Amino acid sequence: MSDLNTAGNLEKVLKAGHIGVTSECGPPRGSDAEEVKKKGALIRDYVDAINVTDNQTAMTRMSSLAACIHLKLMGIEPVLQMVTRDRNRVALQSDILGAASFDIPNMLCLSGDHQSFGDCAQGQNVHDLDSMQLVQTVRYMRDEGKFLGGDAIKRPPKIFVGAAANPFADPFEIRVPRLAKKIACGAEFIQTQCIYNLDKFKEWIRRANDRGLTEKTFIMAGMTPMKSVGMAKYMKKRVPGMDVPDEIIARLSGVPKDKQAQEGINICVEHIQELKELKGVSGFHIMAIEWEEKVPEIIERAGLYPRPVI
Amino acid sequence: MIIAQKKPLEEIIDEVKDFNRLLILGCNECVTVCEAGGKKEVEILASALRMYFINKGDEKKIDEKTLERQCDHEYLEEIRNKIDDYDAVVSLACGVGVQFAAETYLTTPLIPGVNTVCLGANEDRGLWTERCQACGSCVLARTGGICPVSRCAKRVLNGPCGGSTNGKCEINKDLDCAWQLIIDRLKALNKMDDYEKIAPIKDWSTDRAGGPRTVTREDVKI
Repeated sequence: MSDLNTAGNLEKVLKAGHIGVTSECGPPRGSDAEEVKKKGALIRDYVDAINVTDNQTAMTRMSSLAACIHLKLMGIEPVLQMVTRDRNRVALQSDILGAASFDIPNMLCLSGDHQSFGDCAQGQNVHDLDSMQLVQTVRYMRDEGKFLGGDAIKRPPKIFVGAAANPFADPFEIRVPRLAKKIACGAEFIQTQCIYNLDKFKEWIRRANDRGLTEKTFIMAGMTPMKSVGMAKYMKKRVPGMDVPDEIIARLSGVPKDKQAQEGINICVEHIQELKELKGVSGFHIMAIEWEEKVPEIIERAGLYPRPVI
Repeated sequence: MIIAQKKPLEEIIDEVKDFNRLLILGCNECVTVCEAGGKKEVEILASALRMYFINKGDEKKIDEKTLERQCDHEYLEEIRNKIDDYDAVVSLACGVGVQFAAETYLTTPLIPGVNTVCLGANEDRGLWTERCQACGSCVLARTGGICPVSRCAKRVLNGPCGGSTNGKCEINKDLDCAWQLIIDRLKALNKMDDYEKIAPIKDWSTDRAGGPRTVTREDVKI
């Protein structure tokens, strides 16, 4: 994993053996780029790259690629998230080239939440490719320098390719085989679903270690601080594939309402500190949803600041 | 078989209100089995329309007929000598039958009385579920005989997605996750190793993406 395929910072940090740190920024539901820039400026010095979500929960937003370009023009390294829900292989390849034309060096390939969760429940979904096939597509374009149709690409994209993994979705027994499949497709880094159930996550990593998978990809553990006990309960009950143990809810319930947000941050910091020591964990992906101002505190307290300069 | 569902009566009333002589035309195939457009449903719809228009003081001629098949020109010929007795036909066949009837009787308005839903089967009393999307290139040999194209909401060919919870789909707790079913079946077949085979990017040109599809068989042609 030592040769560099991109000029990106995230790839360099991970391949140099450092614990990588990414965070995310959701584009606004409007055309004001200042919102993206503000979020980016808040966290830029605390992370190696910033993910930009692609119409998350199927709510229509400013395009991920446009928001990535705004960050890139500020000198911030983006991770372009791309879902297969909304675009066919023509549009996906075209956007990959568009991203590469701005030297956006990272991509995260996803299938995307079903459109029924969002504001266009009556819309079509595309799913021409699935997330694994999108990983294959980016790798093919980069490594073979060709379009899926076989023609040569002038100046092929130089992109570090990631995929998501949810250690908590069902059935658990195929979660590691599924990771193996994503790696076989070419996923060079993995960002996981938000982790609250540490025991289950450790078991997943243990199985991944046993198969040598953590030697083949960089696993970045997903972290989302809870703002309140209400949020914890909502995530437990309503968010598909989310595993929030009762202890977390009990701990947040045990403090006064005005202290719950701080307690949520404390839990997040403690979890990072514990998982930092775990073999197979190469980094952290901190998703502070509409709470970006707390990212620096989490990263500093977890001992992940300052970020390495390579 | 083709699964269909009766259209709401109000929608049919709105479509037929300006015609005076109607034929309600059923089909004895799929729509009879799925209880949406057979002889029984023709009788029910005809009675409901008669009652509605009589109550409005607008007595219409409403006749009933159920053909063996509407997706067959031969059976559609059975109504040729009566077709001019009607201002419009309400067909309770699937979309295929309605179109065949429309093609056969060019000057007669054809109104669909059902919504064609999917290719599926009767799973339980009063429950019909989808099994096939006619993608034109079957993957069932590689997926344990369970179809991810028709039964996964994201038609994920390398599933399951991260939304699979307790064997159910993220869009509906009552809907089975197709990939859970595939995995259960691969296990039963002792073929879990197949799970890690990567499904290649699919050729969707045989799906609706490639335009209206036809099958031509020289060996069958006369």
